[in-house]
Amino acid sequence: MGVGSFFTSKLDEAIGWARKYSIFQYPFVTACCGMEYMATACSHYDIDRFGAGLPRFSPRQADVLFVVGTISHKMAPVLKRIYDQMCEPKWVVAFGVCTCTGGFYDNYATVQGIDTILPVDVYIPGCPPRPESVIDGLMKLQDKIAAGTQRF
Amino acid sequence: MDGEVILARLSERLGAGGVLDTPTYRGDHTAIVSRAVLAEALGFCRDDPALRFDMLIDVTAVDYVRFPGREDGPRFDVVYHLYSVEHNHRLRLKVAVEQDDAWVPTASALWPIANWLEREVWDMFGIRFEGHPDLRRLLLYEEFVGHPLRKDYPINRRQPLIGPKV
Repeated sequence: MGVGSFFTSKLDEAIGWARKYSIFQYPFVTACCGMEYMATACSHYDIDRFGAGLPRFSPRQADVLFVVGTISHKMAPVLKRIYDQMCEPKWVVAFGVCTCTGGFYDNYATVQGIDTILPVDVYIPGCPPRPESVIDGLMKLQDKIAAGTQRF
Repeated sequence: MDGEVILARLSERLGAGGVLDTPTYRGDHTAIVSRAVLAEALGFCRDDPALRFDMLIDVTAVDYVRFPGREDGPRFDVVYHLYSVEHNHRLRLKVAVEQDDAWVPTASALWPIANWLEREVWDMFGIRFEGHPDLRRLLLYEEFVGHPLRKDYPINRRQPLIGPKV
């Protein structure tokens, strides 16, 4: 390992550290999980402590897509388009069991897990997940952001 | 108006060949009519001054395939729920249709809301409404194959995922 790679790996770490505390999430809220997302975002649980306090309601300004709630087949192209509009680097969190697997909506209308249409970084199961597990998932996402190779 | 009187008035107008049965269950009055007189029955219900059903509450359908006692009979029932704001009375109309001949005349000229209600029934049950101005799927997407509220639609059938339109 030469001086160059030492330098870039340290830069990776620094950028990863910065990125994991500046998460601008796009909450794609379609169902009841949204309540739990709001509880997590508000002052009682306060995801601002993890640097994720500012949701952006434009995908072009966001870097984490929170898919919160059941995704139907009719909604799937919309979700895909939102994802395509986000700039790199970007991550996806599947929030709640419906986005992870389809949940108990094992029927004709529901997408059986959003990983059939998007690459998912963190799954947060639960129906809906408690704010503690959301924060746990967020911290796992932070670890993933910090540990990954940063593209810049 | 009392439900029995409504049913009697409807039977008198349409005759025994039109109104096939008039069951009453816990104060709910139902007229089972034949498809041939359905359009006339709906128009009469709306326009007759004594009935004046000016509000179409719902159009839906029931799939009776493999239903005990109706294995051979007509597969579907199309159900109309009518309400009169003026007289504060209600009526349910049912019409039976066969699987191979699944259509009924549209009611969208009588009540504009029937337009979307009938599109939903077409979407979910595959019953056509003859004369409907725009019989497209209402809730599902165009690429969907089949009609999911039919009892023989497999509960775990997966449709091909639809991609984004460009």
